[in-house]
Amino acid sequence: MVERASPLGSDFRPGSYGDFANGAEVTILELDRAGIVEATAWPGQEKALCEALAGACNLRLSAGSGNGAANREGVCAFNIGPGRFLVSGPRETLAGQLESAVPDTIGTVTDLSHGRTVLGIEGPKAEWVLAKLFALDFASAAFPVHSGCATAHHEIAVQIQRRGEKRFELYVSRSFARSFANTLRRAAEDVGYTIK
Amino acid sequence: MLIDCPHCGPRDLAEFSYQGDATRTRPDPASTDTQAWLDYVYNRPNPAGRHREYWQHTGGCRAHLVVERDTLTHEIHAVAPVRGNAKSGDAA
Repeated sequence: MVERASPLGSDFRPGSYGDFANGAEVTILELDRAGIVEATAWPGQEKALCEALAGACNLRLSAGSGNGAANREGVCAFNIGPGRFLVSGPRETLAGQLESAVPDTIGTVTDLSHGRTVLGIEGPKAEWVLAKLFALDFASAAFPVHSGCATAHHEIAVQIQRRGEKRFELYVSRSFARSFANTLRRAAEDVGYTIK
Repeated sequence: MLIDCPHCGPRDLAEFSYQGDATRTRPDPASTDTQAWLDYVYNRPNPAGRHREYWQHTGGCRAHLVVERDTLTHEIHAVAPVRGNAKSGDAA
Protein backbone atom coordinates (compact mmCIF):
# COMPACT_ATOMS: atom_id res chain seq x y z
CA MET A 1 0.00 0.00 0.00
CA VAL A 2 1.26 3.46 -0.86
CA GLU A 3 2.38 5.41 2.19
CA ARG A 4 0.09 8.34 2.78
CA ALA A 5 1.78 11.75 2.83
CA SER A 6 0.66 14.48 5.19
CA PRO A 7 -1.07 17.38 3.43
CA LEU A 8 -0.09 19.80 6.20
CA GLY A 9 3.14 20.98 4.67
CA SER A 10 6.69 21.41 5.88
CA ASP A 11 5.89 24.18 8.36
CA PHE A 12 3.68 21.87 10.46
CA ARG A 13 6.68 20.89 12.56
CA PRO A 14 6.96 19.82 16.20
CA GLY A 15 7.61 22.69 18.55
CA SER A 16 5.92 25.38 20.60
CA TYR A 17 4.40 28.42 18.95
CA GLY A 18 2.43 31.55 19.77
CA ASP A 19 2.37 32.99 23.27
CA PHE A 20 3.80 30.00 25.17
CA ALA A 21 5.93 31.97 27.63
CA ASN A 22 3.77 30.65 30.49
CA GLY A 23 3.39 27.21 28.95
CA ALA A 24 1.43 26.14 25.88
CA GLU A 25 -2.19 25.51 26.79
CA VAL A 26 -3.14 23.35 23.82
CA THR A 27 -1.47 20.68 21.75
CA ILE A 28 -2.25 20.32 18.05
CA LEU A 29 -1.39 17.13 16.23
CA GLU A 30 -2.13 15.25 13.06
CA LEU A 31 -3.63 11.88 13.88
CA ASP A 32 -2.80 8.76 11.94
CA ARG A 33 -6.14 7.21 11.02
CA ALA A 34 -5.58 4.57 8.37
CA GLY A 35 -9.29 3.94 7.91
CA ILE A 36 -11.94 6.67 7.63
CA VAL A 37 -15.37 5.59 6.43
CA GLU A 38 -18.79 7.18 6.08
CA ALA A 39 -21.79 4.88 6.48
CA THR A 40 -25.25 6.03 5.47
CA ALA A 41 -28.58 4.33 6.05
CA TRP A 42 -31.49 4.23 3.66
CA PRO A 43 -34.61 5.90 5.09
CA GLY A 44 -36.05 3.73 7.83
CA GLN A 45 -32.82 1.73 8.22
CA GLU A 46 -31.07 4.06 10.67
CA LYS A 47 -31.34 1.73 13.64
CA ALA A 48 -30.26 -1.30 11.60
CA LEU A 49 -27.18 0.59 10.36
CA CYS A 50 -26.32 1.62 13.86
CA GLU A 51 -26.54 -1.97 15.06
CA ALA A 52 -24.46 -3.21 12.12
CA LEU A 53 -21.71 -0.66 12.83
CA ALA A 54 -21.79 -1.34 16.56
CA GLY A 55 -21.52 -5.09 15.97
CA ALA A 56 -18.73 -4.85 13.39
CA CYS A 57 -16.60 -2.41 15.41
CA ASN A 58 -17.48 -3.51 18.93
CA LEU A 59 -18.91 -0.09 19.75
CA ARG A 60 -21.72 0.93 22.08
CA LEU A 61 -23.27 3.10 19.43
CA SER A 62 -26.81 4.44 19.39
CA ALA A 63 -28.71 6.25 16.65
CA GLY A 64 -29.58 9.89 17.13
CA SER A 65 -28.15 13.31 16.56
CA GLY A 66 -24.53 13.64 17.59
CA ASN A 67 -24.25 10.28 19.34
CA GLY A 68 -20.86 8.65 19.23
CA ALA A 69 -18.70 5.95 20.73
CA ALA A 70 -15.15 4.64 20.77
CA ASN A 71 -13.54 1.33 21.65
CA ARG A 72 -10.20 0.35 23.16
CA GLU A 73 -8.72 -0.56 19.77
CA GLY A 74 -8.99 3.07 18.68
CA VAL A 75 -12.06 2.72 16.46
CA CYS A 76 -14.50 5.58 16.93
CA ALA A 77 -17.77 6.59 15.32
CA PHE A 78 -20.20 9.45 15.58
CA ASN A 79 -23.37 10.65 13.96
CA ILE A 80 -22.92 13.41 11.36
CA GLY A 81 -26.42 13.58 9.91
CA PRO A 82 -29.74 11.76 9.68
CA GLY A 83 -28.72 8.11 9.33
CA ARG A 84 -25.08 8.99 8.67
CA PHE A 85 -22.03 8.00 10.71
CA LEU A 86 -18.35 8.76 10.36
CA VAL A 87 -16.24 5.82 11.50
CA SER A 88 -12.46 5.83 11.80
CA GLY A 89 -9.80 3.52 13.07
CA PRO A 90 -6.15 2.54 12.96
CA ARG A 91 -6.51 -0.17 10.29
CA GLU A 92 -6.83 0.27 6.53
CA THR A 93 -9.14 -2.73 6.47
CA LEU A 94 -11.93 -0.74 8.16
CA ALA A 95 -13.79 0.03 4.92
CA GLY A 96 -13.81 -3.61 3.84
CA GLN A 97 -14.89 -4.68 7.29
CA LEU A 98 -17.86 -2.30 7.22
CA GLU A 99 -18.80 -3.17 3.64
CA SER A 100 -19.16 -6.76 4.80
CA ALA A 101 -21.19 -5.74 7.84
CA VAL A 102 -23.60 -3.35 6.09
CA PRO A 103 -25.71 -5.07 3.41
CA ASP A 104 -27.04 -3.06 0.46
CA THR A 105 -30.52 -3.26 1.92
CA ILE A 106 -29.44 -1.21 4.97
CA GLY A 107 -27.25 1.47 3.48
CA THR A 108 -23.99 2.42 1.84
CA VAL A 109 -20.37 2.53 2.94
CA THR A 110 -17.92 5.03 1.44
CA ASP A 111 -14.19 4.82 2.04
CA LEU A 112 -12.87 8.33 2.79
CA SER A 113 -9.48 7.20 4.11
CA HIS A 114 -7.53 9.12 1.48
CA GLY A 115 -9.92 12.05 1.43
CA ARG A 116 -9.79 13.24 5.04
CA THR A 117 -7.15 14.44 7.45
CA VAL A 118 -7.71 14.17 11.19
CA LEU A 119 -6.38 16.90 13.45
CA GLY A 120 -6.38 16.62 17.22
CA ILE A 121 -6.47 19.49 19.66
CA GLU A 122 -6.14 18.91 23.37
CA GLY A 123 -5.43 20.90 26.47
CA PRO A 124 -7.17 23.15 28.95
CA LYS A 125 -7.92 25.79 26.30
CA ALA A 126 -9.12 23.45 23.54
CA GLU A 127 -12.75 24.56 23.96
CA TRP A 128 -11.66 28.20 23.95
CA VAL A 129 -9.75 27.82 20.68
CA LEU A 130 -12.53 25.90 18.92
CA ALA A 131 -15.15 28.38 20.08
CA LYS A 132 -13.31 31.04 18.08
CA LEU A 133 -13.84 29.07 14.88
CA PHE A 134 -17.27 27.50 15.25
CA ALA A 135 -20.59 28.87 16.52
CA LEU A 136 -21.15 25.81 18.71
CA ASP A 137 -21.38 25.16 22.44
CA PHE A 138 -18.30 23.10 23.29
CA ALA A 139 -19.06 22.88 27.03
CA SER A 140 -19.04 19.24 28.08
CA ALA A 141 -22.68 19.43 29.19
CA ALA A 142 -23.74 20.30 25.64
CA PHE A 143 -20.98 18.38 23.85
CA PRO A 144 -20.22 15.27 25.94
CA VAL A 145 -17.30 12.90 25.42
CA HIS A 146 -17.65 10.77 22.23
CA SER A 147 -20.43 12.94 20.83
CA GLY A 148 -19.81 14.71 17.56
CA CYS A 149 -21.26 16.97 14.94
CA ALA A 150 -20.85 18.15 11.39
CA THR A 151 -20.20 21.83 10.98
CA ALA A 152 -18.17 24.21 8.84
CA HIS A 153 -15.63 26.96 9.23
CA HIS A 154 -16.50 29.36 6.44
CA GLU A 155 -16.76 26.97 3.46
CA ILE A 156 -14.56 24.23 4.94
CA ALA A 157 -16.65 21.33 6.20
CA VAL A 158 -15.37 19.96 9.50
CA GLN A 159 -16.64 17.00 11.51
CA ILE A 160 -15.78 17.21 15.19
CA GLN A 161 -15.79 14.50 17.83
CA ARG A 162 -15.01 15.04 21.49
CA ARG A 163 -12.66 12.26 22.59
CA GLY A 164 -11.95 13.44 26.12
CA GLU A 165 -12.76 16.23 28.54
CA LYS A 166 -10.05 18.35 26.97
CA ARG A 167 -9.57 16.62 23.63
CA PHE A 168 -11.29 17.03 20.28
CA GLU A 169 -10.67 15.44 16.89
CA LEU A 170 -11.44 17.32 13.70
CA TYR A 171 -11.97 15.65 10.31
CA VAL A 172 -11.23 17.91 7.35
CA SER A 173 -11.05 17.25 3.62
CA ARG A 174 -7.39 16.67 2.74
CA SER A 175 -7.38 19.39 0.11
CA PHE A 176 -8.42 21.96 2.75
CA ALA A 177 -6.39 20.49 5.60
CA ARG A 178 -3.35 22.75 5.32
CA SER A 179 -5.46 25.88 5.16
CA PHE A 180 -7.60 24.75 8.07
CA ALA A 181 -4.58 23.71 10.15
CA ASN A 182 -3.12 27.19 9.64
CA THR A 183 -6.42 28.72 10.79
CA LEU A 184 -6.44 26.48 13.85
CA ARG A 185 -2.85 27.43 14.66
CA ARG A 186 -3.67 31.11 14.31
CA ALA A 187 -6.64 30.70 16.67
CA ALA A 188 -4.38 29.02 19.24
CA GLU A 189 -1.62 31.63 19.18
CA ASP A 190 -2.91 33.64 22.15
CA VAL A 191 -2.91 30.61 24.46
CA GLY A 192 0.30 29.12 23.11
CA TYR A 193 0.32 25.75 21.38
CA THR A 194 2.59 22.82 20.86
CA ILE A 195 2.67 20.73 17.71
CA LYS A 196 3.47 17.10 18.31
CA MET B 1 -29.94 34.51 12.13
CA LEU B 2 -30.22 31.01 13.55
CA ILE B 3 -32.04 28.14 11.88
CA ASP B 4 -33.15 25.35 14.18
CA CYS B 5 -32.15 22.28 12.17
CA PRO B 6 -34.41 19.35 13.15
CA HIS B 7 -31.34 17.10 13.32
CA CYS B 8 -28.55 19.34 14.64
CA GLY B 9 -30.38 21.99 16.65
CA PRO B 10 -29.89 25.75 16.30
CA ARG B 11 -27.06 26.62 13.91
CA ASP B 12 -25.72 29.78 12.37
CA LEU B 13 -27.14 30.91 9.04
CA ALA B 14 -23.66 30.56 7.48
CA GLU B 15 -24.06 26.76 7.59
CA PHE B 16 -27.18 26.82 5.41
CA SER B 17 -27.80 27.32 1.70
CA TYR B 18 -30.99 28.76 0.28
CA GLN B 19 -32.55 26.34 -2.19
CA GLY B 20 -35.56 28.23 -3.47
CA ASP B 21 -39.24 28.90 -3.11
CA ALA B 22 -41.14 26.01 -1.53
CA THR B 23 -44.57 27.22 -2.56
CA ARG B 24 -44.26 26.35 -6.24
CA THR B 25 -46.14 23.41 -7.73
CA ARG B 26 -44.53 21.70 -10.67
CA PRO B 27 -46.91 21.37 -13.63
CA ASP B 28 -47.66 17.92 -14.99
CA PRO B 29 -44.48 16.91 -16.91
CA ALA B 30 -46.69 16.09 -19.91
CA SER B 31 -48.22 19.56 -19.86
CA THR B 32 -47.55 21.90 -22.79
CA ASP B 33 -49.10 24.87 -21.01
CA THR B 34 -46.38 27.45 -21.63
CA GLN B 35 -47.76 29.92 -19.13
CA ALA B 36 -47.84 27.29 -16.36
CA TRP B 37 -44.19 26.39 -17.03
CA LEU B 38 -43.20 30.06 -17.24
CA ASP B 39 -44.82 30.69 -13.86
CA TYR B 40 -43.17 27.61 -12.37
CA VAL B 41 -39.67 28.38 -13.63
CA TYR B 42 -39.47 32.17 -13.51
CA ASN B 43 -42.31 33.96 -11.75
CA ARG B 44 -42.11 34.44 -8.00
CA PRO B 45 -44.62 36.32 -5.82
CA ASN B 46 -41.86 37.74 -3.52
CA PRO B 47 -44.19 38.15 -0.53
CA ALA B 48 -43.51 40.55 2.34
CA GLY B 49 -44.15 38.36 5.36
CA ARG B 50 -44.29 34.64 5.98
CA HIS B 51 -42.80 32.51 3.21
CA ARG B 52 -42.08 28.79 2.78
CA GLU B 53 -38.57 28.15 1.49
CA TYR B 54 -36.26 25.22 0.82
CA TRP B 55 -32.93 25.38 2.61
CA GLN B 56 -30.13 22.86 2.92
CA HIS B 57 -27.88 22.43 5.95
CA THR B 58 -24.86 22.23 3.66
CA GLY B 59 -22.34 23.05 6.37
CA GLY B 60 -23.76 20.47 8.76
CA CYS B 61 -25.89 17.36 8.39
CA ARG B 62 -26.72 18.22 4.73
CA ALA B 63 -30.43 17.69 5.32
CA HIS B 64 -32.87 19.45 3.02
CA LEU B 65 -35.33 21.53 4.99
CA VAL B 66 -38.57 23.43 4.56
CA VAL B 67 -38.25 26.70 6.46
CA GLU B 68 -41.11 29.09 7.11
CA ARG B 69 -39.43 32.50 7.38
CA ASP B 70 -40.74 36.02 7.67
CA THR B 71 -39.10 37.95 4.84
CA LEU B 72 -39.56 41.25 6.69
CA THR B 73 -38.15 40.29 10.09
CA HIS B 74 -36.18 37.11 9.26
CA GLU B 75 -38.01 35.42 12.10
CA ILE B 76 -38.09 31.65 11.62
CA HIS B 77 -41.55 30.25 12.38
CA ALA B 78 -41.04 26.58 11.51
CA VAL B 79 -38.37 24.20 10.23
CA ALA B 80 -39.04 20.67 9.04
CA PRO B 81 -37.26 18.05 6.93
CA VAL B 82 -38.28 18.15 3.26
CA ARG B 83 -39.08 14.45 3.40
CA GLY B 84 -42.79 14.34 4.10
CA ASN B 85 -43.19 18.12 3.98
CA ALA B 86 -42.49 19.10 0.35
CA LYS B 87 -45.28 20.24 -1.91
CA SER B 88 -46.72 17.47 -4.01
CA GLY B 89 -44.72 16.92 -7.20
CA ASP B 90 -41.88 19.19 -6.15
CA ALA B 91 -38.63 18.84 -4.26
CA ALA B 92 -35.66 20.96 -3.35
